[in-house]
Amino acid sequence: MNSSQLLGITTFAYLFSAVLYIAILVFRAKKIGLFATLVTAAAFLVNTAGIGLRWYESHQMGIGYAPLSNMYESLVFFAWSIALVYLFMEIRYKNRLLGAFSMPFAALAMILAGLKNPDIKPLIPALQSNWLIAHVITCFIGYAAFAVASGMGIMYLVKDRKTDKTAGPLIASLPELKVIDDIIHKTLVFGFLWLTAGIITGAVWANSAWGTYWSWDPKETWSLITWFIYAATLHARFTRGWGGRRIAWLAIGGFVSVMFTYYGVNYLLSGLHSYGGN
Amino acid sequence: MKKTENMVWRFFASVRLALFTLLILATTSVIGTLIPQKNPLDFYIESFGQRTAQFFQLLDVPDMYNSWWFLSLLSLFSINLIVCTIDRLPNVWQMVVLNNLETDPERLEKMPQRQLFHARGSTADLTETAIALLAKNGWKAAHEHKPDGSLIFSQKTPWSRLGVYAVHLSILVIFAGAIIGSLLGFKAGVMIPEGSASDTVYESGTGTPIPLGFTVQCDDFNVAYYADGATPKEFRSILTVQENGKTTIDKRSIIVNDPLNYKGITFYQSSYEPMQGFNVVITNTNTKASQSFQIPFGQKISWTEGGIDFGIINQEVRSRMGDVNRLKVWFSDGQGEPSIFWMDNNAIQTITNPAATYEFAASQVYATGLQVAKDPGVWTVYAGCTLMLIGLYVAFFLSHRRIWVYITNEENGDRCRILVCGASSKNKIAFEKEFAALIQGFTNDSSFQNA
Repeated sequence: MNSSQLLGITTFAYLFSAVLYIAILVFRAKKIGLFATLVTAAAFLVNTAGIGLRWYESHQMGIGYAPLSNMYESLVFFAWSIALVYLFMEIRYKNRLLGAFSMPFAALAMILAGLKNPDIKPLIPALQSNWLIAHVITCFIGYAAFAVASGMGIMYLVKDRKTDKTAGPLIASLPELKVIDDIIHKTLVFGFLWLTAGIITGAVWANSAWGTYWSWDPKETWSLITWFIYAATLHARFTRGWGGRRIAWLAIGGFVSVMFTYYGVNYLLSGLHSYGGN
Repeated sequence: MKKTENMVWRFFASVRLALFTLLILATTSVIGTLIPQKNPLDFYIESFGQRTAQFFQLLDVPDMYNSWWFLSLLSLFSINLIVCTIDRLPNVWQMVVLNNLETDPERLEKMPQRQLFHARGSTADLTETAIALLAKNGWKAAHEHKPDGSLIFSQKTPWSRLGVYAVHLSILVIFAGAIIGSLLGFKAGVMIPEGSASDTVYESGTGTPIPLGFTVQCDDFNVAYYADGATPKEFRSILTVQENGKTTIDKRSIIVNDPLNYKGITFYQSSYEPMQGFNVVITNTNTKASQSFQIPFGQKISWTEGGIDFGIINQEVRSRMGDVNRLKVWFSDGQGEPSIFWMDNNAIQTITNPAATYEFAASQVYATGLQVAKDPGVWTVYAGCTLMLIGLYVAFFLSHRRIWVYITNEENGDRCRILVCGASSKNKIAFEKEFAALIQGFTNDSSFQNA
């Protein structure tokens, strides 16, 4: 068994988990709730084992490094972070319907990872830094929270649109709008703290490698644009009392910016982070 | 006049302006990620045409993050932060240091969280019981006698109200650090061939020479490759610093991510350049005589004392950069046939001749490319970053929670009326639970009866 196989299993397990949660929502099949949670937890453990094994394998190859340094590895870690954030929310809010709007992101991240080359490649000198590990972990916990927040945003809009007319039982089973709104807000706040930490650890790393903590390269700039968007969102909520649909839309829009920062910049723009595209 | 002043102040203190500035900053920042920055004018003419390039020039688009209008936006953002803070902080500070034992009893009756109890006993005894109950639930309380009874107050993290201002301040601290860096610091670079030294570096972009006030010598430079032979594993320079003829740093090695700092100037390993030449060391292992040379490619060199002629007659390069992988040596000590052999760069070859055995060490001469930065503002920036993280944590996850217990004698009889109430600056749902737990503590105590 090697790490690629474990991570292949992870892809199917997340996909299965997403399907189960959607089934709970669509068929109101509450009976399979516990099963869905167990599948997700198991998938998360396999994902963890896969990352751990990949770390071990890199050491076996004599080029040991934390597996967080290329697109494949970051997507795997992104999926891991989404599952972690989701499981935490399921326990905290005791609601499995959130899964239908969260776990598809984890499955999607793993599918995207599957399109990448999973070969373990040695690290070029610039990437040999502990700040890299801190930078990737902080960024992706933030990204995962934003992914879940955008899922909750979609959930809000679905519920809100349907309550205009006579709400079907499917929509009625979703949490109350007030509750979803609160979840979106809390998730955004959590993500914002981690995004900030991610930008800062990136700046410290850049300074120790190149002597400039900020050079306005496209990736840096886009992370700052994302930060501005969420900062504006939080201010609109805290001080101008925005909520509901507007914040739901901003949660979705913010995540589009996150995805452009993470994915789009690598393929559409050029810059320092070009090694992340391989 | 007063009115316009007030309007201007309101404008700069408003959150509306903050939202506007954040969104304008976000939108305009996109431009510099789409249009490559800091290229020569010709590049823009070629890519976008003469007219567009001129238009770009007019608006400083090729260096937009340092343009007058982008810096103005950042200044507007800073002024907004400062005015907003001056506007709001005094009131918030009042809330932090407020003596809550003087709260008007009428306001207590309207607190978001309230529960009423009745109990028999004196206000003094009940005050003691209530303080003990609060302490049991993690609330350290103070109390004061009132004309009609007694008021107990307890609070948690009143300073958490300052979290958001810490975040605002942290942004200004980061800006201050960036300004210090751009006024008093520089970004530069220098190429130093092995065995050479430099007392000057050249500013990035302009190439203006900047004297260091000391010299940096590159003693050695090496690239190590992974087993695949293509991926570089490590770039390492050995640097020696000399000031006023004295060696102040001797043979310190630097690699990417581990720079050398001397007197506030930091030297980063950033690139390298293979040179046309070789460092050669020849040792006669019989006589122990040894001599080092720096020689060009394809030239016959003589070591007269050693009685040796040699030269490098061919080379095999690894990349287009011209890194030599293997080199072909011609070597003669005048006895019999000359030796001609291939050897790896950066290796030692043993030559066994009838007269003596020699060790021949050869390595290509490299120049190390150093990035040189002086940034006295960097610690200010880091302090700002730390403050920002602490501030965000406090602003998001801590709240100012306050609990009052107001005990009054009822007009007829020996009973007391006890009002337990509280409020939280944010995170109301969590506070509701905390308050409910406290009320449970009161309910469970036999002295109190729910009203």
